[in-house]
Amino acid sequence: MTASFGSAVLALAFATMVFAAATALIGRKGDERWVLASRRAVYAACGLLTLCVVLIEIAFASDDFSFNIVQQHSSIETPAFYKLAAMWSSQEGSLLLWAWVLSIASSLALYATRNRLREIVPYATAVMAGIAAFFTGLMLFAGGVNPFALSPAPVPLDGIGLNPLLQHPSMMIHPPMLYSGYVAFTIPFAFAIGALITRRLDASWIRATRRFALIAWAFLGFGLLLGARWSYTELGWGGYWAWDPVENAALMPWLIGTAFLHSVMVQEKRGMLRVWNACLIVATFSLALLGTFLVRSGVLQSIHAFGNSTVGPYILGLIAVVLIGSTALIVSRLDDLRSEKRIDSLASRESVFIVNNLLLVALCATIFWGTFFPLISELFTGTKSSLAAPWFDRYTTPLAIGLVLFTGIGPLLAWRRVSWATAKRVFLVPAISAAAVGVVLALFTDALHKPWAFALFVFASFALVGLGQEFWRGAKARRTLKGGSMPAALIGVVSRNRRRYGGYIVHIGIAVLLIGIAASSSFQTKRDIVLRPGESAVVDGRRVTYVRPTASVDKLAFTAGAVLRVQDGGDGFNLYPTRRFYRPTGQPGGGIASYFAGESDSDIGLKAGFGGDFWTANQPNITGVQRHARAADLGFKRCVGGGPGVPPQCRAVGALMRAALANPQLRPAALAKIELLQLQTAKQIAAGYVAEGTPATFRVIVNPLVTWMWIGGLIALAGALIGLWPTRSTRRALVADSELEALKEAKYREIQDAELDHAAGKLSDEDFALLDAELRNEAVAMLDSPSR
Amino acid sequence: MAGGACDNARPVDPQRKRKIRLVVALSVAVLLAAALVYTSFSAASEAKEPSQLIGAAPGTSYDMTGKVVPGSIRHHGEGLRFRVVDRDGGGPTLPVTYSGTVPDPFRGGREIVLTGEVAHGVFVGEPDTLVTKCPSKFTTSNDS
Repeated sequence: MTASFGSAVLALAFATMVFAAATALIGRKGDERWVLASRRAVYAACGLLTLCVVLIEIAFASDDFSFNIVQQHSSIETPAFYKLAAMWSSQEGSLLLWAWVLSIASSLALYATRNRLREIVPYATAVMAGIAAFFTGLMLFAGGVNPFALSPAPVPLDGIGLNPLLQHPSMMIHPPMLYSGYVAFTIPFAFAIGALITRRLDASWIRATRRFALIAWAFLGFGLLLGARWSYTELGWGGYWAWDPVENAALMPWLIGTAFLHSVMVQEKRGMLRVWNACLIVATFSLALLGTFLVRSGVLQSIHAFGNSTVGPYILGLIAVVLIGSTALIVSRLDDLRSEKRIDSLASRESVFIVNNLLLVALCATIFWGTFFPLISELFTGTKSSLAAPWFDRYTTPLAIGLVLFTGIGPLLAWRRVSWATAKRVFLVPAISAAAVGVVLALFTDALHKPWAFALFVFASFALVGLGQEFWRGAKARRTLKGGSMPAALIGVVSRNRRRYGGYIVHIGIAVLLIGIAASSSFQTKRDIVLRPGESAVVDGRRVTYVRPTASVDKLAFTAGAVLRVQDGGDGFNLYPTRRFYRPTGQPGGGIASYFAGESDSDIGLKAGFGGDFWTANQPNITGVQRHARAADLGFKRCVGGGPGVPPQCRAVGALMRAALANPQLRPAALAKIELLQLQTAKQIAAGYVAEGTPATFRVIVNPLVTWMWIGGLIALAGALIGLWPTRSTRRALVADSELEALKEAKYREIQDAELDHAAGKLSDEDFALLDAELRNEAVAMLDSPSR
Repeated sequence: MAGGACDNARPVDPQRKRKIRLVVALSVAVLLAAALVYTSFSAASEAKEPSQLIGAAPGTSYDMTGKVVPGSIRHHGEGLRFRVVDRDGGGPTLPVTYSGTVPDPFRGGREIVLTGEVAHGVFVGEPDTLVTKCPSKFTTSNDS
């Protein structure tokens, strides 16, 4: 009943999105009524998709196993928290999430531009609604992926449950973050297409959608960070990145998105790089679709599951349409895309942005080649060959080092041109500091053994000191203008220039993150050791003792753990790495051996610190436990089967079981009795495991500075949020009544920026005088021009 | 004064300078791309299914992709012994030894990718190269 209602709502949402796309195209020549209708249709479709999500979540929360999606991905035993997250562990639920998030983002974008960009908006609406209709239609028509599909009759009493490996707090946010990131890139893409079709190729489409691109970038980045953390703490191999195709698929749009966020500034400020920006956003969006496709296609081997499903070819078709259509559009608009300006000087922020763009694109191209190499090699040599982490590292490491250097150089340079004297002044302190860091590292650590990591540390210190200097100079300039204390001036200058300083904070975060990655990957100690209880081994100067095994068992899982004592000279600490073996869910009535027929996962023992992590995972040898379990099952069977010589309590259980077979009303009681007996036996086996003291394999990893990777990621996220948070004047621009208002606001910001650069000593007096005059002329010209 | 302040004589025509810059940038890109392509073909190890590896010559590194035969996993000293079969489940099985810890999702019936060599009819996996595919996420059929 609810399910067929849900299907109807989904179908209605699809029809509404198609309607929105159609009316937008009818109104493209400026008929306001049609455009209004299309905008309201998008809002309505967003409401309908929200209702779909609510219906599905209610079904999950109330264990409604008549929904196939609930039966397949949840169970009565699944914790309530994970019931809500189970939606996106399914193919159909994740498609619904895609469509829903897209409808929200589209509604927000259309609301923000309701009085602006009158020519571009109808086409952008058509693109956004068309893509939303595609994903909604996929659920309805592709077959097998309708979230409202019914379970085959009769309605099952319990579900299969959410895979225990997915039951991790990250499951609640990691997938939605990645999806939101992928999806939000649709908005700048749609407006870029609108701008190309209408030949309105100034920076107005960028100003209208920059915020969405930044949100998409921040979500995708945070999703990647959470994924890295999840694999570091959960999967039992101790790595945060494996160059796995699905990881790469999420990293690639993030890299190109990063390039896009930088190069659009060049178009905003200087009117250059228009073709490049159009290409970048098309590439970003295509890569986001490719990521969505890869998880669902089965074309590449990955640790992430791929079911060969029905939707892959459709998404591939959409990617083809996007790529061919956009390329044709860009080529046909090449004449309009030519920029009127040229780069003034190589020593300017825009040239640094171009270099950073090239590095990012090269990085993405390398990863793309490596990810799809199995397909490429099959094409040329006939055999599927794949590339491992060392190949990726060889190319990505130098590119990342180049990037971190430019992360530091870019913010130190002003737009348009920088004189030699100014450059000397701003580079002096960072360069000396970086050199000092290099000398200290070379003298007092073994950093020189790893030249790449050493280079990264030096360049990252250059970047960090340079960025610190930016904050200091900015605060000093503000204090000269407004007085007050230094901290107050710092807060003042940051909060009045959020976009600029938010960006700098992101740069600090990325530099810190790269330091963490370089240190933990280059100077890591990793050992697999086999210990009996009481034995110990020395890892990286620390004595690791396997004090004693632990074991426990409940209805769901058998847990084998260890108490490890780690001693470092004087004080020590205990770690408790365990491994949990889950029974297959949704199939009641298995024997004790079924504890080892399901999934297993690791609870790592981790001592995290700013200097480094001590990471341990436990792989107990459970061959003996399994043997005991099988023997116990056999004994139990013999016991209830009756026969000569079985003890009397066996006969009682056997009689109960036979009675239950004849009378279904007795079944629950019999099942409970059997479960109780199994649990008791399993507990004895667990006690036996502790007493026997079988050897266990431990993986011990010492990861220096890895904590800084997570801290850096969070700093970058905070920077993105600061950059996103609207100031009073940007709020005005956001709700500006006309494009002219927005333009005026942008030009005003640009003049302010130049003033700040001058006050902070980044622009010499004569350069500033030139720039200021240019900007003011442009502003006056704008005010004189007839209202557009 | 539209277009900037470049009235003073310059030795190189800016148009030409731009062209030279473009050619240099493109040649660097082409060189890097060539290195990328070359090293990828030499660094990649061939992906083979277990049935293709039976009787394979020793001394060559392969990426073996196959399915772990359920019930075949045994602890043996510091490592594991198990058998793998082609992903479609048919064909002969190949014995495998692997030392070191395995990822959480590793178990019977699961698809794995493992780098290693064949020696005396046994596939010897390199430590730290075992990749196990995550289970059931996004599968539409439940065949296990």
